[in-house]
Amino acid sequence: MPAFATGDDGQWVRPARDYASTRYSAMAEITPQNVSQLKVAFTFATGVLRGHEEAPIVANNTMYIVTPFPNILYALDLTQPGAPLKWTFKPQPDAAAQGVACCDVVNRGVAYADGRIVMNTLDAQTIAVDATSGKQLWRTRVGDINTGESVTMAPLIVKDKVLVGNSGGEFGVRGWLTALDLATGRIVWRAYATGPDSLVKIGPRFKPFYDVNKGKDLGVTSFPPEKWKTGGGTMWGWISYDPDLNIVYAGTGNPGPWDPDSRPGRNLWTSGIFARDADSGDALWFYQWNPHDMHDYDGINEQLLLDLPIGGRTRKVLVRPERNGYLYVLDRTTGEVLSADPFGFINSSKGVDLRTGELILNPDKAPVLGKVVRDICPAAPGAKDWQPSSYSPRTGLLYLPHQNLCMDFESVEANYIMGTPYVGANVKMFAGPGGNRGFFTAWDIVGRKVAWQVKEDFPVWSGALATAGDVVFYGTLDGWFKAVDAHTGALLWKFRTGSGIISQPITYRGPDGKQYVAVVDGVGGWAGAIVAGSLDARDSLAALGMANAMRDLPQKVAKGGTVYVFALP
Amino acid sequence: MTRTVLCASALVLLALACEREDRDFHSDPAAATPKPNIVMSSLQPGPVAVIPKTEAPYDDNAWMTAEGMRLYHQMNCSGCHFEGGGGIGPPLMDDEWIYGSDPANIYATIAEGRPGGMPPWGTRMTPQQIWTVVSYVRSLSGLTPRGARPGRSDHMSGNLAPQNRTPEKPKPTFTPPASWRP
Repeated sequence: MPAFATGDDGQWVRPARDYASTRYSAMAEITPQNVSQLKVAFTFATGVLRGHEEAPIVANNTMYIVTPFPNILYALDLTQPGAPLKWTFKPQPDAAAQGVACCDVVNRGVAYADGRIVMNTLDAQTIAVDATSGKQLWRTRVGDINTGESVTMAPLIVKDKVLVGNSGGEFGVRGWLTALDLATGRIVWRAYATGPDSLVKIGPRFKPFYDVNKGKDLGVTSFPPEKWKTGGGTMWGWISYDPDLNIVYAGTGNPGPWDPDSRPGRNLWTSGIFARDADSGDALWFYQWNPHDMHDYDGINEQLLLDLPIGGRTRKVLVRPERNGYLYVLDRTTGEVLSADPFGFINSSKGVDLRTGELILNPDKAPVLGKVVRDICPAAPGAKDWQPSSYSPRTGLLYLPHQNLCMDFESVEANYIMGTPYVGANVKMFAGPGGNRGFFTAWDIVGRKVAWQVKEDFPVWSGALATAGDVVFYGTLDGWFKAVDAHTGALLWKFRTGSGIISQPITYRGPDGKQYVAVVDGVGGWAGAIVAGSLDARDSLAALGMANAMRDLPQKVAKGGTVYVFALP
Repeated sequence: MTRTVLCASALVLLALACEREDRDFHSDPAAATPKPNIVMSSLQPGPVAVIPKTEAPYDDNAWMTAEGMRLYHQMNCSGCHFEGGGGIGPPLMDDEWIYGSDPANIYATIAEGRPGGMPPWGTRMTPQQIWTVVSYVRSLSGLTPRGARPGRSDHMSGNLAPQNRTPEKPKPTFTPPASWRP
């Protein structure tokens, strides 16, 4: 691991824990030998029954929990028995924002720095709250729900700035990443994912590794006329930061609409990744995972910044388990693809050409307007969606929660009406080869292969947590919080929570010096929308085709929303 | 015996014939479409008054229902509610009606919007257009006459055609008998 990712003060101040996004804790009190002794230390009901994707945040012996819409922020006092509520902050977002949230009204967490909590609301506001008192410090509107924008991602605080990106790739919005001043909330810069170079913040410093990304205003010319204005490329996922290079890394989402025939071209800068100057936002390099994406393969998953021995020398790499099913290793200084290997079943493409960096598409699985293309793998949520992986430097393994879904896809003409869905596809999803809809996979990054794999009935929609005790945690949609052996994947312990788990587990050191593990339940998100939104699976196109694959979930779990914290006795 | 069978067959055919749609070839112009009587709750203060229900003008009109289906897709209703199973918005094919299942309630929901994310369409569509969507939405749970409901779609089917769906019983279905009232 790079030096900036090491060291563990026992806190968890951002969802990814460190700037390298390892989600790895150096705490080792909980081990394969004693993990079966874990007991509930306390619980806390959030009072909200939609999908809870957030990570609990721990700073200064306080735990901060943000709920899905209406985005209530709770502070729990960890120094007192039972962790009583210290304060509650209700940002009162506009309820109408729920109408532009494609895949449940989730929130992926808050960030802590300098005595403040920074949070995003579904109706596209960024708010700073005093971490001690719960009083609002500033509030900035960053987007407009009437254009289809919302915000679900967790902000990242880098030095004196807060980085925020928008959601709405299914509403024809234009994606952006924006920086706000941490002290005042003033918007300092904004970089769009489509449009002229000036709006994308592409200038003389932009040095993409591959020639195909060189040229003027490609964010305009790689779309049919005017289509870049509804071209997508939203930034609703994860940002990493390398303080040594002073670079932030953030992906871009799918191009809009899903119907690819309506937007011939490479659709830059969607479904790719930007390296940007952390201060100015200037683009430094870009790589496109899915040129002219045809399958809703957003490029916004987590990127882990690691220093690994590749080809006989230690290289600064960026590891990205991508939605299209490949585990990419990029040189994070240049954007060169060093390797790209499938970690799930793929038939929508045939590999990545390491000479050109180009994804080799399978024309048989390319959607065509008015035609039903059957059995495309992976399905729209990809071989892995937003749910973040975790890396242990002790094992060299990347722990991947992911899904195994395929789909039938019919492109239809989309009608753009601002603020309403702009998709242009009928989709029906189902289990991929093997019949299990999920996996928990340990991936050997340097060896470029699966080390071990756990089959799960449902997609694993929770984050992963690796610890120095060689215990790895994750949760399942049907409510099991599991601990497995980091070396073998052997199940060591499991606990049935009240609802299903789609959140990001964390670990921290309590005021008593003990190691605690926390997870939030509350089924939902795209995978659990059938429960959270009380959907009717007799319509197999419901929830963009996800309901079809999850039709038995309502028989397994009900809605919920509770924080569970565990410790050894 | 043959005669009995023939008679029975004739009766069956006659009964089936009654299922045919009843198309009004001179439908009212937009300005003359009914003004709904909107009630959102079965609980009434004071003695229960009989509030005349607004009939959906196109429930038994297959062509207008199909027109509603076309608008349902073109206005992107399907982007949230899909073929009735729901997604961003709630399902429309089951027996749950958050804002009421009566045609007047559905009309009001489409025209006014609802606070949880349903946009108001009253400023974008004519009353006549909204009424066609009302009938299509009602057809999704089989609430309109079978003969007027859309048949199999040309697109990838996610579902039984509305024509082949078993009618749902919207909740709540209890109406107290008049004799219970003082």
